[in-house]
Amino acid sequence: MKKMNKTTKNNFINYGLVLVLFAVAQTLSATGNLSNLLQGLLVPLCVYTIASISLNLVVGFSGELSLGHAGFMCVGAYSSALFSNVVGDALPSVPRLILAILVGAAVAAVFGILIGVPVLRLRGDYLAIVTLAFGEIIKNLVNILYVGVDENGIHVTTNSSGLKLAAGGKKIMKGALGISGTSTLYKDIKPYFFLIGVILILITLFIVQNLVHSRSGRAIMAARDNRIAAESIGINVTKYKLLAFTVSAALAGVAGVLYAHNISMLKVSIFDYNLSIMILVYVVLGGIGSIRGSIIATIVLYALPEMLRGFSTYRMLIYAIVLIIMMLFNWAPAAIDWRKRVLEKIHNKLPKKEAA
Amino acid sequence: MAMLEVNHLSISFGGLHAVDNFNLNIEKGCLYGLIGPNGAGKTTVFNLLTGVYKPTEGIIRLDGQDITGKNTIDINKAGVARTFQNIRLFRQLSVLDNVKAGFHNHHPYSTFTGIFRLPKYFKTEKEMTSRAMEILKVFDLDKEADYLAGNLPYGKQRKLEIARAMATEPKLLLLDEPAAGMNPNETQELMDTIRFVRDHFDMTILLIEHDMKLVGGICEELTVLNFGQVLCQGETSAVLNDPAVITAYLGE
Ligand SMILES: Nc1ncnc2c1ncn2[C@@H]1O[C@H](COP(=O)(O)OP(=O)(O)O)[C@@H](O)[C@H]1O
Ligand SMILES: [Mg+2]
Repeated sequence: MKKMNKTTKNNFINYGLVLVLFAVAQTLSATGNLSNLLQGLLVPLCVYTIASISLNLVVGFSGELSLGHAGFMCVGAYSSALFSNVVGDALPSVPRLILAILVGAAVAAVFGILIGVPVLRLRGDYLAIVTLAFGEIIKNLVNILYVGVDENGIHVTTNSSGLKLAAGGKKIMKGALGISGTSTLYKDIKPYFFLIGVILILITLFIVQNLVHSRSGRAIMAARDNRIAAESIGINVTKYKLLAFTVSAALAGVAGVLYAHNISMLKVSIFDYNLSIMILVYVVLGGIGSIRGSIIATIVLYALPEMLRGFSTYRMLIYAIVLIIMMLFNWAPAAIDWRKRVLEKIHNKLPKKEAA
Repeated sequence: MAMLEVNHLSISFGGLHAVDNFNLNIEKGCLYGLIGPNGAGKTTVFNLLTGVYKPTEGIIRLDGQDITGKNTIDINKAGVARTFQNIRLFRQLSVLDNVKAGFHNHHPYSTFTGIFRLPKYFKTEKEMTSRAMEILKVFDLDKEADYLAGNLPYGKQRKLEIARAMATEPKLLLLDEPAAGMNPNETQELMDTIRFVRDHFDMTILLIEHDMKLVGGICEELTVLNFGQVLCQGETSAVLNDPAVITAYLGE
């Protein structure tokens, strides 16, 4: 049998983990063991998992701090929801959704390039400041945008009364009220949204893992570890930082698309600073540069507060304790040593098939 | 023709003439030493040669090609590779990946090919791995290929930097105090390796060092730098016996 190398094996463990969790969730819900509340969390869980994996590409592998991930989700969400509403019944749900995903990813990627080109050529933590500003600006901009469509085409304005549509025209984006009715357009495939979310996670994993373990990924990580040395061996540092940032933005856009199409009323207020920080917390506590860590941290930290609702008063206390434990487990040197030793022990106990 | 030809190279940092009217000619295949006391401007010469600093004056020619004022990346592509006085490895990458990173421009495939694992990905990665292992073997690092570079002992880290530089297939290799911090045994072994690299790859090497014994042992020609200026230049034995060099540098 051909020996599978360690990184390939690690990648497949991650695909397997996602599939197993999917199977567990499906079984629980089929046997009626999943409350309505928890069922409603499944698709958002996919959204945040995609978001944290993609943010890890920037924070963990490229070594840059981004504080505006919610901004890219926002751009992806709104552009794709607009697309779906404009196209409407002209296309069946499945191709329309696929195109919407591509639109959301492409628009978010364009914003990633627009921010990355000027900022990533600078040394230092400028990206954190600029992405933070970007997230806030996008949120405020979308908040005052009104978009409608009629037989003359698409109309855009910044005040509600300014939107003059011909008879039969349709208001799509209504400022702070956002976009409503997107999910109704997908009524027929609504039961499959969790499956679609899981497929999108797998695609995200495929892109991020394969990118990281390729020539470009090596360049991205070399630039992270030592910029001057990377340039001394002919690696265009700015280019590879931009690549990581743009791919990450596009995937955040996809997370936004999934969010926007799953919800009946898309409002911009969700895409705020807190969301960016929440995703960053998932990435940091899961272990910077660990994709599996991002997945697990997202699931645990997102689902936990909801599952603890029964404990009401102690809920936030337990949540805080779990946060601290995860932080210690992933970051305290003693805990890292301990984990290594345990893993080695387990590894040594396994029968050695490859020896000889 | 000279592999490296430097004329009237100068740079100053706010009034300090760190390198002043520096001239250098290195023939192909030569093992050349750049020596001088601390702060003489040796590392600054390397930074000028590799485009980290732009010279205020002067011309640098590599194998006849003018590389003055080019950026670091293009100068590496033109054929200059270097190591650093304070080690700069990709510490979170494996030893093998440090060398493979050095192949970046010599075994290319697109990002698309990498993500979608097209046949060229497997073919190129396989090539890279076997070439990298060959290089690691030269530096006696092949057994540590899977280690994280940051976990290597100090002496091996210095060697890995040279291995990574060699992976870029340079015409000229610049080594900034490669033996710094090594014990006499490690130093001797390293010198043997450097000589092997020169002979085996027909490499032109410019080496900064302040251990005189070591320099006398392997360099064919020397330039002595003092306060940014060339104090003496020529064949090793002649330079080491020059009275000016002895008083300025060795005598103290
Ligand atoms: N970027 C810089 N800015 C200001 N001064 C510098 C810079 N780089 C080097 N120098 C100065 O130039 C002189 C030569 O330094 P260097 O080339 O590192 O000496 P060495 O011969 O020990 O390698 C020193 O006085 C140093 O302080
Ligand atoms: Mg120096």
